[in-house]
Amino acid sequence: MVDGSLRVGVDIGGTFTDVALERDGRVSTAKVLTDYAEPERAILDGIARAAATANVTVKDIGQVIHGTTLVTNALIERRGAKTAFVTTEGFRDVIEMRSENRFEQYDLNLLLPEPLVPRKDRFTLHERVGHDGAVLLPLDPEEADALARRIVAEGFEAVAVGFLHAYANDGHERMMEAALRKHSPDLSISLSSVISPQMRELPRFNTVIANAYVRPQVAAYLGRLVAKLREAGIGAPVFMLHSGGGLISVETAAEQPVRLLESGPAGGAIFAAGFARAHTLDKVLSFDMGGTTAKICLIEDGEPKTANTFEVARTYRFKKGSGMVVSTPVVEMVEIGAGGGSIASMDTMGRIQVGPRSAGSEPGPACYQRGGEEPTVTDANLLLGRLDPDNFAGGAIPLSSAKAAVAIDDRLAAPLSLPAQDAAFGVTEMVDENMANAARVHTVENGRDIEHFTMIAFGGGAPLHACRLCEKLGIDALLVPPGAGVGSAIGFLKAPFSYEATKGLFQRLDAFDSDAVNAALTQLEREATAFVKAGASDAKTVTRLTAFMRYSGQGWEIPVPLEHRRFTAADVGPITQAFETAYGTLFGRTIDGLSIEITNWSLVVGSVLPPVADVGRPSEADTEPPWPKRCFYDTAQRKTVEARAVERVAMKPGVTVEGPAVIVEDETSTIVTSAFRAIGQRDGSLLLTRKES
Amino acid sequence: MAPSSIDYQIMWNRLIAVVEEQAMTLIRTAFSTSVREAGDLSAGLFDRKGRMMAQAVTGTPGHVNAMAESVTHFAREIGAQNIFEGDVFITNDPWLGTGHLHDFTVVTPIFRGGLHIGFFACTAHVVDIGGRGFGPDGNEVYEEGLLIPIMKFAERGAVDEVLLRIVRANVREPDQVVGDMYSLAACNEIGDRRLQAMLDEFGIDDLDGLSDFIVETSRKATHTAIAAVPAGTYRNTMEVDGYDAPVTMAVTLTVNGDRLTADFAGTSGMSRFGVNVPEVYTRAYACYGLKCAIAPQVPNNTGSLEPFEITAPEGSILAAKRPAPVSVRHVLGHLVPDVVLGALHKAMPDTVPAEGASALWNIQISARPSDPASALPNREVLMFNSGGTGARATADGLSATAFPSGVSTMSVEATEHVGPITVWRKDLREGSGGVGALRGGLGQTIEIEPRQGYDLWFNAMFDRVENPARGRDGGGPGGAGRVELTDGTPLKSKGRQLVRNGQRLRLSLPGGGGYGDPTQRDRAKVATDLEAGMITPEQAKADYGYET
Repeated sequence: MVDGSLRVGVDIGGTFTDVALERDGRVSTAKVLTDYAEPERAILDGIARAAATANVTVKDIGQVIHGTTLVTNALIERRGAKTAFVTTEGFRDVIEMRSENRFEQYDLNLLLPEPLVPRKDRFTLHERVGHDGAVLLPLDPEEADALARRIVAEGFEAVAVGFLHAYANDGHERMMEAALRKHSPDLSISLSSVISPQMRELPRFNTVIANAYVRPQVAAYLGRLVAKLREAGIGAPVFMLHSGGGLISVETAAEQPVRLLESGPAGGAIFAAGFARAHTLDKVLSFDMGGTTAKICLIEDGEPKTANTFEVARTYRFKKGSGMVVSTPVVEMVEIGAGGGSIASMDTMGRIQVGPRSAGSEPGPACYQRGGEEPTVTDANLLLGRLDPDNFAGGAIPLSSAKAAVAIDDRLAAPLSLPAQDAAFGVTEMVDENMANAARVHTVENGRDIEHFTMIAFGGGAPLHACRLCEKLGIDALLVPPGAGVGSAIGFLKAPFSYEATKGLFQRLDAFDSDAVNAALTQLEREATAFVKAGASDAKTVTRLTAFMRYSGQGWEIPVPLEHRRFTAADVGPITQAFETAYGTLFGRTIDGLSIEITNWSLVVGSVLPPVADVGRPSEADTEPPWPKRCFYDTAQRKTVEARAVERVAMKPGVTVEGPAVIVEDETSTIVTSAFRAIGQRDGSLLLTRKES
Repeated sequence: MAPSSIDYQIMWNRLIAVVEEQAMTLIRTAFSTSVREAGDLSAGLFDRKGRMMAQAVTGTPGHVNAMAESVTHFAREIGAQNIFEGDVFITNDPWLGTGHLHDFTVVTPIFRGGLHIGFFACTAHVVDIGGRGFGPDGNEVYEEGLLIPIMKFAERGAVDEVLLRIVRANVREPDQVVGDMYSLAACNEIGDRRLQAMLDEFGIDDLDGLSDFIVETSRKATHTAIAAVPAGTYRNTMEVDGYDAPVTMAVTLTVNGDRLTADFAGTSGMSRFGVNVPEVYTRAYACYGLKCAIAPQVPNNTGSLEPFEITAPEGSILAAKRPAPVSVRHVLGHLVPDVVLGALHKAMPDTVPAEGASALWNIQISARPSDPASALPNREVLMFNSGGTGARATADGLSATAFPSGVSTMSVEATEHVGPITVWRKDLREGSGGVGALRGGLGQTIEIEPRQGYDLWFNAMFDRVENPARGRDGGGPGGAGRVELTDGTPLKSKGRQLVRNGQRLRLSLPGGGGYGDPTQRDRAKVATDLEAGMITPEQAKADYGYET
């Protein structure tokens, strides 16, 4: 019989589909290969396996929570619908002209990404709304009707509508929608005033176009998925994880698929946030390192940091500016091309460079013996003794130290006239340096001091590198949770229902119009609440309000958290104060005598998460047994050290192992450097702390 | 333990992150529109001898060499015996800084254990510097605003209040300009903090060994790259609009083994207006163009810049003498890469692009009430706009994209919130890409109207109206620029002009030149361009020989 406490999380990634099934706090997992043709097949397979492990029947499942990279992949691989874009006369090329700059300053042969909708499929209408929402040029219904007829006749599968200043007045977009509906009642139509009602035409147009482009495909997939689940006897409601880190109904997801863009990585951040809460850590840097990329996210007070815009589908790997900026709520993550498969090479100055090119899983690192000849981070780790050649992935992939040595020698050590070990050390140190720099810049950009953070490391590669990263960043504590290999799927199970509604409403504080703000916020709250109640009708909810503000004359807004209430003219003082506090945190000082303005508002309604029990700290266990020894290269010491080799299962609560040590499990190994010690925790986590502290 | 070569590599990598962070701090705190939107800034680290070790890659190649040279001027003028911990130096001297008064350069000495070990420097374009305002109409630099000679902004931590009072009394936006002076000083502090942490981590006390490693490694790589260019002497000339008279830009490029010189002898003399370029700025853009083609992967530092030996005859428009007006030196400066790349093309065929629009079409708009008695406030709006780049040997030019500058444009919606204007059009200018086997990038068309109650003044500083970008190897020229009202009334391409309420200004930005014979263009691409409206039916037929 259906059991409400029996929940299953499913994460479809590029290589694997991960399933995590939870009942009464116990989690069973399964990992199956992603099925590109019919992703739902792998899901059902994975659910069946996890259910078998947990000894439950799939019919009893009470809730299915799903996240997927399907939407991101559709954008990267350009596998979307034949889409028309309807916009304001004079603005046909906004998405092609982008920001008019080059993301690589010194590349004469630079290629810019092609717009999702080619110029011939971008249509304009004589209409114009002003910055204040006033109609400057009314839309002629006959012109709209003629264009609608043409679009339908030309067989477009999806239409995106984006007019200038539509966030301030959606009248013309609604007229165009009605005209299209008249000629094709079932046509897939996306409006910028619905999908992303924020000021700035480039991100808004990109967002509505991306939504329209993937919508038919995502809607069809979600429809098939629900049908297959029903066929398998799983009648449970299905929810999707959105990129902002909350759950929405499958129906909302089918309407606004652009909200699913980063749902997998968001699951990882929620996974880390769950451990942050359980260990009462209020300042956390999550570090997720896989085969191709590393992702870094700030988690404060148990909440992953979110943002309102981000860049998808970068064409020059991970290079800022080479993708498409979209404005949709997202867990803010820094992603860099650094993973186990990242390829090391030598540049013209004899400098070791690592990534962003990756050997991926095929052919994979040289040591995989699948034909890879270029040295990778994994090869370097193997040569430095950080991986056990006979026990990688639980022995499933035998690693060849000889092949790794040849790759490092031929491509790096010999040309640089260095011993192989030094070249290998150069590779791992360079990749660690790149990740540390990205983490440092991200915390600085947010006005935080990284030294006060605890790192939570997960993903196959992170436990190998995390300790060295902490040394570089001056971080004193590192948590390596259990189940890190399927972290995102587990994270899905810990996500709240939530919806973020946004609205562009430009105001200077010296002309603050509280009535206009209250009206807008009422509408935002109604909208957000409706989406949350659609998923969890009886859930207790909280509301978070953020104003995006700046000094007049500046071009960057900063998020300013405000208390959610009805505003009056008297609130200008407290709002000013909140802005100055936020500004001071970010930039260290405020500026007198300048007026302040608000550009956009964001309101999040979310269900209240059940309280997490504090796992506490275990008392010290018995003296340490005589662990076997193994050697690895300790970077900070610049030498090979003799380390304790410990099975992860032996790390019972309170068991303390002094570094240098290697803690091994099937999915990965945790390197404890000489400067750290590891302590087993009650929830199966490892806590690494700096010895002096 | 002496640092190994791997340690030096790691530290070099870190230093680049440090200066990027220094630049990011400045971008996020600056008031100047051109700093935060256009990346009109730079930031770098220098050793105690004044050699540049690392520089952030920002939106403006024009600061690259300029900043590299400026620190030695500071060291000389201040004098080693007067450099103290807590000092901050400043100047906006166009000839010792980065070419015009609007750019402030701030230099902070770095101390470790009480010893002076190097400098952090940064440069940013401020919103106003007094005088006539940002425009070409001054006849001497004195009319262009306040000049601050190399001096101390702060000594041993105490800010010079007299300097601040003088600045405040001389500029139109004192809060923002003084705010930016502090931002510049603060970003050097951030750099210093990160550098000290790195020196702690690696246990070293000075920058000398690391600086030798960076500079010599880069110098060697750059010389190796130059040696790969066929030896010879290559000349090129290019005519551009100038302000009051056409300007000839001429260059002689000589490559001999690993030595490269570029000299601008034969270039026109100075203008009476502010389009003159101090030599340091010419060097920056010439070096940038050459570096893109010859050694793009070597990071900027003294070792990678010095091998490009660039000179211009003093008194020419590309090496203006004091007290020449230089306010809008960027217009001709941005055209310098086209000249040097044209010469380099003769040495390295199939490497460099055709000429492009190159000079930005920035427009500074002053919205003023049509009725001065109305209570409407004055508003200032600055827009950055780019034409098309030249076609490459292997790819079409980029439409509406900045080169050599790295600026970004701003959102029209955001711009309309800043000032009382309506932008009726900002889209690609059909048919403006030079025809060729590879097509030049398209320019763009912009239409701007003052809103109810306002007229607008704008300062035109636009080039490639009389002299469009030339194609290469049989490619056609890019479309010439045009400045007019939408009713067809022509306007001037340089200088201050009025657009009355009810009128609309139309700017047609130039396109890039084409590359190769247009009849050899891939037929499918001609068809796609025609269907998309990127080329006109007449071009398809007459130039591309395309029959439907």
